[in-house]
Amino acid sequence: MSPRLRSYLRRHARSYAIGLLLGTASAVLLMLGPHVLRLAVDAIAAGASPFFLLRYAGALIGLNLAVWILRYYMRMHILGISRVIEYEIRNDYFAHLQRMHVGFFQHTRIGDLMTRAVSDLSTVQRFIGPGIMHFTSTVVMAAIAVGFMLTIDLTLTLYMLVILPLVSLTFVVLGPLIHGQYESVQEQFSVISAHAQENFSGIRVIKAFAQEPHEAEAFAAHNREYIRRNLAVIKTEGALWPLMSFFLGLAAVVLLWQGGQAVIAGRITLGQFVQFIGYLGQLSWPMVALGWVVNLMQRGLASMKRLDEIFLQHPRIVDAPDAQTLPVPRGEIEFRGLGFSYNGVPVLSGVDLRVPAGTTLAIVGPTGSGKTTLVSLIPRLFESTTGSVLVDGLDVRRYRMTDLRRCIGMVPQDTFMFSAPLSENIAYGLEAPEPDPVRVREAAELAHLAVDVAGFPNGYDTMVGERGVTLSGGQKQRAAIARAIARDPRILILDDALSSVDTSTEEEILRELRAISGTRTTIIISHRISTVRHADQIVVLDKGRIVQRGTHDTLLGAGGLYADLYQKQLLEEELEAADLDAPV
Amino acid sequence: MSTHFQEDEILGKAYDARLMRRLLRYLRPYRRAVTASIVLLLLAAAADLAGPYFVKVAIDHYIQVRDMGGVAVVSALYLGTVIVGAAVRYWQNYITQIVGQQVMYELRMEVFTHLQRLAVAFFAGNPVGRLMTRITNDVDTLYEMVTSGVVTVFGDVFLLVGVVAAMVWLDWRLALVAFSVVPALVALTSWFQARSRESYRAIRIRIARINAYLNENLMGMSIVQLFNRERANAARFDDLNRDHLTAHLEAVWSFALFYPAVGFLGAVATALLIWYGGGQVVQHAVTLGVLIAFIQYTERFFRPIQDLAEKYNILQAAMASSERIFRVLDEPVTVEDPTDPAPLPRVRGQIEFRNVWFAYPATEPADPEEAGPPGEARSAPGRGEPPVPAGTDGWVLRGVSFAIRPGESVAFVGHTGAGKTSIINLITRFYDPQRGQVLVDGVDIRRYAQRDLRRHIGLVLQDVFLFSGTVASNIRLGNREISDDEIRRAAQFVNAHRFIEELPDRYATSVVERGATLSSGQRQLIAFARAISHNPEILLVLDEATSSVDTETELLIQEALQNVLRGRTSIIIAHRLSTIQNVDRILVLHKGRIVEEGTHRELLARGGIYTKLYQLQYRDQELRQTADMSGDRATDARSE
Repeated sequence: MSPRLRSYLRRHARSYAIGLLLGTASAVLLMLGPHVLRLAVDAIAAGASPFFLLRYAGALIGLNLAVWILRYYMRMHILGISRVIEYEIRNDYFAHLQRMHVGFFQHTRIGDLMTRAVSDLSTVQRFIGPGIMHFTSTVVMAAIAVGFMLTIDLTLTLYMLVILPLVSLTFVVLGPLIHGQYESVQEQFSVISAHAQENFSGIRVIKAFAQEPHEAEAFAAHNREYIRRNLAVIKTEGALWPLMSFFLGLAAVVLLWQGGQAVIAGRITLGQFVQFIGYLGQLSWPMVALGWVVNLMQRGLASMKRLDEIFLQHPRIVDAPDAQTLPVPRGEIEFRGLGFSYNGVPVLSGVDLRVPAGTTLAIVGPTGSGKTTLVSLIPRLFESTTGSVLVDGLDVRRYRMTDLRRCIGMVPQDTFMFSAPLSENIAYGLEAPEPDPVRVREAAELAHLAVDVAGFPNGYDTMVGERGVTLSGGQKQRAAIARAIARDPRILILDDALSSVDTSTEEEILRELRAISGTRTTIIISHRISTVRHADQIVVLDKGRIVQRGTHDTLLGAGGLYADLYQKQLLEEELEAADLDAPV
Repeated sequence: MSTHFQEDEILGKAYDARLMRRLLRYLRPYRRAVTASIVLLLLAAAADLAGPYFVKVAIDHYIQVRDMGGVAVVSALYLGTVIVGAAVRYWQNYITQIVGQQVMYELRMEVFTHLQRLAVAFFAGNPVGRLMTRITNDVDTLYEMVTSGVVTVFGDVFLLVGVVAAMVWLDWRLALVAFSVVPALVALTSWFQARSRESYRAIRIRIARINAYLNENLMGMSIVQLFNRERANAARFDDLNRDHLTAHLEAVWSFALFYPAVGFLGAVATALLIWYGGGQVVQHAVTLGVLIAFIQYTERFFRPIQDLAEKYNILQAAMASSERIFRVLDEPVTVEDPTDPAPLPRVRGQIEFRNVWFAYPATEPADPEEAGPPGEARSAPGRGEPPVPAGTDGWVLRGVSFAIRPGESVAFVGHTGAGKTSIINLITRFYDPQRGQVLVDGVDIRRYAQRDLRRHIGLVLQDVFLFSGTVASNIRLGNREISDDEIRRAAQFVNAHRFIEELPDRYATSVVERGATLSSGQRQLIAFARAISHNPEILLVLDEATSSVDTETELLIQEALQNVLRGRTSIIIAHRLSTIQNVDRILVLHKGRIVEEGTHRELLARGGIYTKLYQLQYRDQELRQTADMSGDRATDARSE
């Protein structure tokens, strides 16, 4: 068993011990029932008075009242604790994921992480809750029943010992088979869902190209395959209950036949015969459950293994043991001999660059030249392979990560918003329990979002994100900018953050940001010359190397990639403006 | 295994005669199988009941008179019943499931094909997720109802009736004693059902919240870490997780109380039987065998009572599902084919709008929470007067008339909301106009079958939709007549061939996640290839100005556009200056009317709305740089 699971169980060992003790006690009492029944039947056969029989009736009721109480507490203990452990594991899982480095999420599918947190965890819960509970109570009950049965008749007991395990075995054998078939059915179900989803989303294209019959035919084919796979489940799963009830019936038949003969032969009394029937009745459900439980345990352990796979991955980017605090930096950034490889492929190499505190650096370069990677190294979203990134002259790895990130405002390309009111999204990095309305408004105004917000029915309380209103691309980018500047960061990083904002708004935003940037170091990544031309320093990245650096004017004069890019953009526009030269 | 974040079900009645009748109609073709299943169910119940009776017979007639042979005979009979019972149960299940699968298949296909016939307006008003639920989960709920609901309800009822009959037949006084615990059992069960239903609901809502939160945070993990949110988010997650735990603990509590309680009630019944029945046996009013059979029967009528209570939930969910499915099936087809469509083997490509007035229909929700009861007429579109939005504010096109010659290329320009896209929606018959006519080759397009009409139209939409499959299958779509060679030629024609050849498997490269691995420019080129490979006589293009297209691809797209327009009747909603400069004619739409027409130069010379549009849309966005750099030329342009 997984050491991690064992440690959770050990933490709640007391509850389990109490629960299992209660379960054992209740099993013993429950198994006394058939014994009482036997005494009653023998008494009846001997012609006892109804008053005398009353004590047996009372005993039965008393026994079962005790069983009721004991089982209630047993369930509350074991099942309750299993839910608590599920809760603990889920919290730990979430906390663990939050510590993982960003690179981890790039090569792990989110759906997969979700499945582990939801279905795998609930499989584990079924194992440590109902699994453990039913397993122990069945084993205890069977042991006690066999003990009682042995005191009555060896032959009959042996018969039962041969037949009853077959009931459990049926499930143990068929269970995994059915599980496999179910997964294949589920897979096909996903295919059907995906097809329907695609069809509905692309309905215009389908109609425009008159694809309806083809689509219906393809959908029908998926559905026929679904039926075919279901058929396999039906055949196997359909056999499960009939087989188990057959074995239970067989046990009853053998008991009637052999037990009847034993009574006639005088080996046992009629009461003892009824007692046997009673045990069979009491054991039949636990025997059915046992097979199910064995299955639960196998699947629970498999699921725990899948959870462990995630737990055992260590975050690659952590604080150094002697990490320093970084109250408010000046904001000087330096890349020194920097290299970065991803899966062995070099993304950046030999980057040497100093951004003095309070200045603006612009980075241009073709897609895939390593611009985003370069800026991601500053807040340590990734870690350089060689060389180092320095903030205020000290390697970023020497600072406490929370301190370092607190002084950076980053606007990534992908402007992700959370399902929360807009104000919370803007105040996301303020590390305060409630968003400060003044700072939120200021940031929104600076990012030119305030005008849009005025048009929202609920203003700053408007829900955004997946389950809220849909913001336009430009609104999202401006919200992301507001989120970054609400922190009033010493270092501001805009990674292609204005591409969906129209050029005039972009210029206004940039101008205002410049106005207050005397104390702020700014790094801008952009494709538009208009965005980068005012920067104090411009570098051109190509294939992970800095190929040019300078200001707008010096770079234009120097020729090369930057001038090329500028020329291309200019040419394009002249081409389209060519018409204007003609007399009108 | 997939995780569903589905909307909350609104549970209503568990039985609705009207819905049930309609559902039963799907079973009609399988009458014989259903009958067989019910007969087998009766047999299975009988086999279940036989056991205790055999024990009674054995005790009373053979064991007590020491007849060894008799015991063996009864045992053999019992064995026979057990075997037959198991076989019957297997077949009954098999037949029921097969019928269920077939019905589910038909229902799902019916919903799907019906949806294919519905107008685009319907899809605009219904989120994809909701339609998905209809075709997947709702159909499955019905399947569950048919197989484990309706059929086992019969089984449980048979069993219950059988047990009661057998007990009354054996001895009615003992039966009454045994039944004395039934009221308590029923009360206990219905208490438990109500509670567990409530906690089940609570648990589902809470797990859905956990899922949503988890999903969102995993997707935005870099933001979470950049903004130091780990501690705050862990606290929030703990809240959600704790809520979920609380709901589960409540469920554990009611389960812990209920299950042992049922066992206790069983023991009470047995105790009563021993006390009263034992007395009867002693007085020889009842045989010992009957008493022992009774003790066994008592256990057997507990199960169906509990089961029946559970079936209530299944029925309730199924009724809600079937209501939602039928609501979709009852959705009227607003854009219908004529009963006697005009043939359209070949199209010259003449397009005419005659005094067309058009407004988008108000989107109607297809959800029980939002809409009235089913069957009640909503906006009731159909024959006669079509629905016109209240007031005249809803009109998107107001008396638009124009004619386009075969082979002519025309661009529509206009400010946002001028009605440009609606022109395309009407020619493709995604919508029908409220007044006026749209004609292709001189015939009202409502006289053609929709598929015939659309076969001759090539459409390139603003956001390019790619299906899962390969690059080739995305160009060909379902049209098997288009050969690989034709696909290649189409791709070459629109400048897509080169980048496709550079993909890992070229034309066989699989398209995943709607083409996320392709750039938006590449997706656009594929859309051109798709339209061209179907060799349409009429081409409609919604041309989007995409900011993220790199300069090189942009040039390829412009060239492709010019290639595809040549020699084809084309309508382009233009965003590119280069396109407008190349078309034969420009029509200017303003507030739903055509206000100007002519070539780019003619229109600019006129200095009317087009000139304003040009300054607003084209010059402003594209000439900013020019204005900065070569001031004189730009000043000229501005003074126009």
